[in-house]
Formats: sequence, C-alpha cells, structure tokens
Amino acid sequence: MKLSVWTYEGPPHVGAMRVATAMTGLHYVLHAPQGDTYADLLFTMIERRNHRPPVTYTTFQARDLGSDTANLFKTACQDAYERFKPQAMIVGASCTAELIQDDPGGMAETMGLPVPVIALELPSYQRKENFGADETFFQIVRALARPVEKSATVTANLIGPTALGFRHRDDITEVTALLEEMGISVNVCAPYGASPEDITRMGAAHFNVLMYPETGEAACRWMERELGLPFTRTVPIGVGATRDFIREVSELSGLPAKLDEARLRLPWYSASVDSTYLTGKRVFVFGDGTHVAAAARIARDEMGFEVVGLGCYNREMARPIRALAKEYGVEALISDDYLDVEARIEELAPEMILGTQMERHIGKRLGIPCAVISAPVHVQDFPARYSPQMGLEGANVIFDTWVHPLVMGLEEHLLHMFREDFEFHDAAGASHHGGAHVPREAGGPSAPHAEIPQDFDAPPEDISGQKKAPGEVIWLADAERELKKIPFFVRGKARRNTELFASERGMQEIGIDTLYEAKAHYAR
Amino acid sequence: MTRHTPPPPTTGCRNAPVLKQRGQHEVFCGLTGIIWLHRKMQDAFFLVVGSRTCAHLLQSAAGVMIFAEPRFGTAILEETDLAGLADAQDELEREVDRLLSRRSDIRQLFLVGSCPSEVIKLDLARAAERLTMKYAPRVRVLNYSGSGIETTFTEGEDACLASMVPTLPETDKRQLMLVGALPDVVEDQALDLLAQMGIEDVTVLPARHADTEVTVGPNTVFALTQPFLGGTHAALERRGARHLPAPFPFGEEGTTAWLQAVAREFGVDQARFGAATDAPRARARKAVAKATETLNGKSVFFFPDSQMEIPLARFLTRECGMQAIEVGTPFLHRAVVGPELDLLAEGPQLAEGQDVDLQLDRCRAAQPDLTVCGLGLANPLEAEGLTTKWAIELVFTPVHFYEQAGDLAGLFSRPVRRREALKLGAAT
Repeated sequence: MKLSVWTYEGPPHVGAMRVATAMTGLHYVLHAPQGDTYADLLFTMIERRNHRPPVTYTTFQARDLGSDTANLFKTACQDAYERFKPQAMIVGASCTAELIQDDPGGMAETMGLPVPVIALELPSYQRKENFGADETFFQIVRALARPVEKSATVTANLIGPTALGFRHRDDITEVTALLEEMGISVNVCAPYGASPEDITRMGAAHFNVLMYPETGEAACRWMERELGLPFTRTVPIGVGATRDFIREVSELSGLPAKLDEARLRLPWYSASVDSTYLTGKRVFVFGDGTHVAAAARIARDEMGFEVVGLGCYNREMARPIRALAKEYGVEALISDDYLDVEARIEELAPEMILGTQMERHIGKRLGIPCAVISAPVHVQDFPARYSPQMGLEGANVIFDTWVHPLVMGLEEHLLHMFREDFEFHDAAGASHHGGAHVPREAGGPSAPHAEIPQDFDAPPEDISGQKKAPGEVIWLADAERELKKIPFFVRGKARRNTELFASERGMQEIGIDTLYEAKAHYAR
Repeated sequence: MTRHTPPPPTTGCRNAPVLKQRGQHEVFCGLTGIIWLHRKMQDAFFLVVGSRTCAHLLQSAAGVMIFAEPRFGTAILEETDLAGLADAQDELEREVDRLLSRRSDIRQLFLVGSCPSEVIKLDLARAAERLTMKYAPRVRVLNYSGSGIETTFTEGEDACLASMVPTLPETDKRQLMLVGALPDVVEDQALDLLAQMGIEDVTVLPARHADTEVTVGPNTVFALTQPFLGGTHAALERRGARHLPAPFPFGEEGTTAWLQAVAREFGVDQARFGAATDAPRARARKAVAKATETLNGKSVFFFPDSQMEIPLARFLTRECGMQAIEVGTPFLHRAVVGPELDLLAEGPQLAEGQDVDLQLDRCRAAQPDLTVCGLGLANPLEAEGLTTKWAIELVFTPVHFYEQAGDLAGLFSRPVRRREALKLGAAT
C-alpha cells in the first residue's frame, strides 16, 4: 500500500483509452464499475473532444457480483458491436474487474463477433497509464499489421501520438512537414487518426518515426522485427535534436538531409542580448522521460541555463534518465511521488522549473516560475493556436514558453535600477503577468530604511519556508537588511549560498562582510 | 403566505410511471463527494483505500488541483496487498500512522472503501475500530464506502454522513437538525433565517469541526437540505429522530416550503414567518425572474447524476417556466422526494437508473433546448448542436435558499444565453 496525493499517471486502462480514443473505427469494451466512466471527461473536457470516447463500460454493481458479471460483459460487448459497428474491438478489465477474474478476452473470443477482437491484459496493480497505452497499441499492431508490399515512393509511419498527449496534435503536423521537405510522405500516423484498416497497411512504409517512446516503443520494436521496419531513435524536440533527427531520417531513407531553417528563430533569440540574463539560470527539469531528456538538452545547450536537477515519473525511463543525469553531473530523481518532487525542488531552490502541471503548482507554492514541458495534461495544454513541441516551430514555441514565466531581460535591469521604486518591489511580480498591482505598504516590511527586524531571534523567512533549527547560523540585522536589497528573484539563492558558505566555515553569525564574501566565492 | 408560483398540480408525478433501464451508467462513483466534503469538514482527512484509478478520479474530478497538500489521498493497493488480507490491515495502519504523524491538524479520519477494497472484502470497519482505539481522543476514525459498485456520485456524501450518525452522543433536547454539507455561507444564511423565526436549537450534520458537538435523540427533528441523503435519513430514524418531509430549498418556492415545514413543526406564526422571509423571498423572485426571461417556454432534459434532478425539474418548471421532457435520476427515494413529486406536474418521463446509449437516442430525438448532463456527455452533445448544463457544478456551487435562487437559475440560463450570443458566421 502506498499513500498517494496526486498521481502523474492514471491506471493502465486509461492508457488503453488514449489509444482507442485517438483511433477511428475501433471500439473498447471495458469491464468496469460505473465510477470508471469518469475517464470520459478527461477526453471531452481536458482535450475538448467533440465525441464520446469509443468506450463501453459494463458498469457492474455489487449486486451483480454474486450472480453474473460475465453475462453482463457479453451483453455489453454484443450491444456495442451492433450499435457502433467497429472494424475491430479491444476488450479488457479495469482494476476492479481484474479482481473478479471474468476473463473478458476469453469470453469475447467465444462470441464469434465478425470483427477482430483484441484482448488486453493490463496489470492494474503493477503498471500505469503509459504502459497501458504502449501495450495496447502494441497488441493492436501485432494483431492487425501484416507484411505488405512497400510503397513505391519513400514513406514513413508516425508512431506514438495518442489522445490526451502533450501537444501530440501539433507535433504530428510539424513532423509531417519535416518529412515532406525531404520528399517523404506519411504512410500511416498511429494511433492518432488511424483506423484498424490503416494498421493493416503499416508495413508499406519504409521506416517508422517513433515520436513518443512512452506510447509507441513496443510496437516499433515489434515492427522492426516482424515487418523489417527500422525506426528513429531521436525525438526531434529542440534545435539540435531536430537536426539530429533529419540526419537519422536521411540515413534510414537514403535521401539527402534537408531542413529549411528560414522560420527557425530560437538560435537568434537565444543569442540576442536581451537573452543574456538567461545565462546560468538554475533550472530543475521533471516530467516524462522523453520530454525531460529533450528539455535538458535545450536548457543547457540552446538556452544557456544550468540544469541543477532532473528526473522523471515513469519508471520505464529510469535507466536512460539516470544516465542523462550523470552526464549533467546531477542526481536523477525517479519518482511518481509528488511530495518527493516537491521536497527535491525545495532543496535545490532552482530559479525556474521545467515540469508538468504538478510542478507548476509546486512552483506557485514556492514562488518559483514554471514552464510546462510534459504530460500529465491540463486543459491549458490544448491551446487553440498551433503550438507544437517538435521540429523548428516547436523550438520557437519552447523559447517563448520558457521565457514567459521569467521576468524579461530588460525588466530585470529595470528592477536593479528602480528596486526601491514603489512599482518595482518584490511582491509586484513580472509586469506581463495578470494579477492586480500590489502597492508597497508605506513603512511596510520592504520599505527602505524601515527594516528593523522586530525580533532578532525570529527565524529568517526563506523561500523554502523551513524554520531554522536553533544553533544554526544567525543573520545579523544589518546583513538581513542588506539581503533585502538584493532583488527578490535571486534573494533565495543568495541566502542559501551565504548560509552554506558560513556553515562550511563554522561561522555562527552572518554579517554584511559574510554576505559579500559569499557572493565573491560563488561568483560565476 | 402569498403564492407567486402556480398552484400545485392536481396530479403530480408521485404515481407517474417510471422508466427503468439497465445498461451502461455514465455517472461518478461516491468517492467524488470527497471533493466537497473535505472542504466542509476542515479538520477531516479522507483516506481512500483503493487503486490508482480512485486516485486518478479524485484528481480529475477536482478539475483544478488544490494547492499544497489536500486533505484527501489514496492508499493505493498493490499486488502484495491483494495476496494476503491480514497484511493489508497492517499496511493500512502503517500508512495512517505516517499520515497522522505528518498532519497533526487532523481530528477526523475517514477510511473510504472503494470498488477494489469492497471486492477483496477489506474490513475497513475493523481497521477504523483499531485505529480509533489507538488514536482516541485526538482523532476519531470512521469508515464508509464510496465505491462505484455500491454508491453513485452524491451517495458518497450520504454514506459519509450516515457513518457519523451512530457515533453522535444521545440527547433528549428538543432540537432541529439540518442534514447536508452546504457551503458555510449558505449554511449561515439558513441558520440566520431559522433564528429570525425564533428557532435557536439547531444543530448541523456535518459540523465544520470535529469538536463541535452534534447530538441526536427522540426529540430531534431533522430536515434534509439535499435530496440524496436517504441512507442518513434511515440512520437518523434508527436513532429516534423524526424526519420533516418537505420540498428542498431550491428556488423561492422550495425554500419557502422547506422553511414552512420547519415553522409548522416549531409553531412559528405566520406574522413571524413573514417578517423573516418576506424580504429575501422578494429578492429571490426578482433574481429568478431575470433568468426566467431566457428560460421561459424552453424544454429541459435531465440525465441522471446527483439525485437533485427531481427538485431541480420542479424549480425549473414552476419558477422558470420550462417544460421538462425527461427527468432521469440515479435513484428515486420516494420518502425523500415525495413532496417534490407532488409539485411536479404530470408530463415528463421519469427515469430511474440508466442505459446511456438508449437515453442519448431519446435525447437526440427530443432535441431539448437544454440538456443537463455529466461532463463526459456535455461537449459531445454541444458538438451535436444541443445546449448543455454540466451537472456537477450544481453540487459544487452554492445554490440553496433564497439568496442563491438567482444563481441557481443563472446556471441554467447562461448556456442558453451563450448559444444565442455567439455569432460566428460571416457578417451579411
């Protein structure tokens, strides 16, 4: 038993739903109690889909348990076939139905439905949503895809995009355009937009583009083995990764690499002087393994940030993420416990978080800006505008998205200049963000010359909100006042560095000198 | 009392035929109630013993996540827990120990059963007993089931409140008990109205804090503020309390009828009743009239969701001039909604339970002006051209009593006004 407050991933049958909902002509019969129908709203509300997910739930009740839940399943299966007339069906159990062991797959097989019925075994008490999607898509491909004649021109399949995916809708458009530029057309994009009939002709492609390893890797490996389809290993998120991807596609297809960079703006925006202030910003990166690996590279190599910590919530990616962390000289955090992630962020006190909607909440609580780079998704992650993560436009979108939560370059200089000004004080926040103006209180805690701490023994507030244990380093009043003069967005770091500096030297008190000695020590 | 709504129908719906179908239900399970119950009881923690699905449901139903650590969580069952049951009791105790040591502010802990915990017959009552002995008097540990195999959406609140009833201290005091988790602001309004009528001995279940004493006994009469509290109703009767049947306090008419039932019981005279209610009644009528401009003459179709459908259909048909085509409800507790059925004029199809596909067929055929349904159906129906009101908001939003009557009507009129307001074609 494990106590969970918020979860990064849903149960595996939600992963299966992401595949079913992304596809057309497929129907999912899920042996599940009524409460499990909540999952429909993920698609209709968060993703704003205009159709119900193609899922029939048996919605068995307690009183059915003693009698005949198996019959309920068969009736639901038959009714679903007759009503929706799908080209193929997938059947399976949710966590509760797994316990009553009705064997939906076996039952459906005996029903003699005139379409392929694919049984799913998704261990609800061991695995999670990404596994569910990956496994479901793999089972569909394994059941339906057969060797077929290759297309006359070079074509590729796009593998992995699902319903409820982080920017999958727009990534498909972007990657399709990248391939088109090289003269490669898309044979099938799946699961997103594919029908079971499309799955049968996947073998006509010359290679697979694995867009999201989380949801498409098992199918790609099977197709490599059984259909002779090699697949790409580079996920084209970021400028460098997109260039690597083009080279990889060229190698797989035998076509010359081509990439029209006319619309690419990230490199110049990053080089322009307004971006100087981004240099060495300490960022913490957390999300699914694929997006974290891509974001870490962009953060360090394309934005000039310092990656102070990284990790992922999907254990399936633990190995590559640990290796990546080693390369960045940090320790990887592999955890799906929101409280662990929060604790790590508090400990590292980064200047920015690149995370999920969960980290956005952590950031709000701790006062750290956050840009969202990965699922789990929120209604905000389905913007009306074109907003991919992949390819050149993806890189442009990422630049804007990551810079937005930060105080702008010029604004940062203004803050230095006017830091005692009534409009540019700590609580005012970045000017381009919403929220009412917070006037500085006259004679309030941050007013100049009025900052005499009322109680010298009071523990200093810092961004972690942790109280200092007695016996730790004490801030003298003048140093505390000096610290307040440092702009708020670097003050937390200054406080931490100074305390670390002092405690490493066995100092009991921090004075103004200590503060500046520490500053010199940590200068970069 | 002056009557501003039509006289009660000669034949209400009390004996109208009810359509009962058994197919796919498209409703939440009882765990969902935790979302509003934990806001109401500020020193309570709700620990669901269930699966990852339960945790995911709570997170998704909460819509936007709540900052910091919420006062609910899920003890997720794993393979090892399913293997041996004795083990699961120890595991649960360990998780509770950890939780309570971190959260010293928690005074009540609800162990909430789920579908998987019910199927493996995890004995949460025993766990609650053991934990109560361990943590009394600091923390009281109770248990109830919010599982989807036993409870539908708002029945979770019913099960939660019912679980508290046997633990309430006995009293002989003559008192009124209000039953139902209302937002504090609404509850205060209700208490204020009752005080103005001279009814001071009022207790509320659930109380906002664990140390507020709520008592019950043979001289307690209770009034339900929500129509889905059938189980709590039965539990209170077992404790000797007596129910005051009444329409529910939705809209001006419902609120007045509800208050009158109380007034009659406590011998409040008409003058005093009028002094307390005339002004807010007038305000409520005025506020509802605004929305009625939009809703008058329009048709409405209810999918089953919260058991509030029958009172709401009564409100919309009698105060807002709407016509009900179908009123679906997960359960029809006649003892509880009888007075509502008397007020609802014959005509609409009443339906209990659900076969969602067949009901969608009926809804599409009827083409109602407004469809009240769950979140899974709302956008798909909007995309088909139907105007919808998603039902969960009716549970999350303050809608009871006079001052919220206008807000309640507004929840229904806004989607209709919006559809009329949007003009996306080219200018002609």
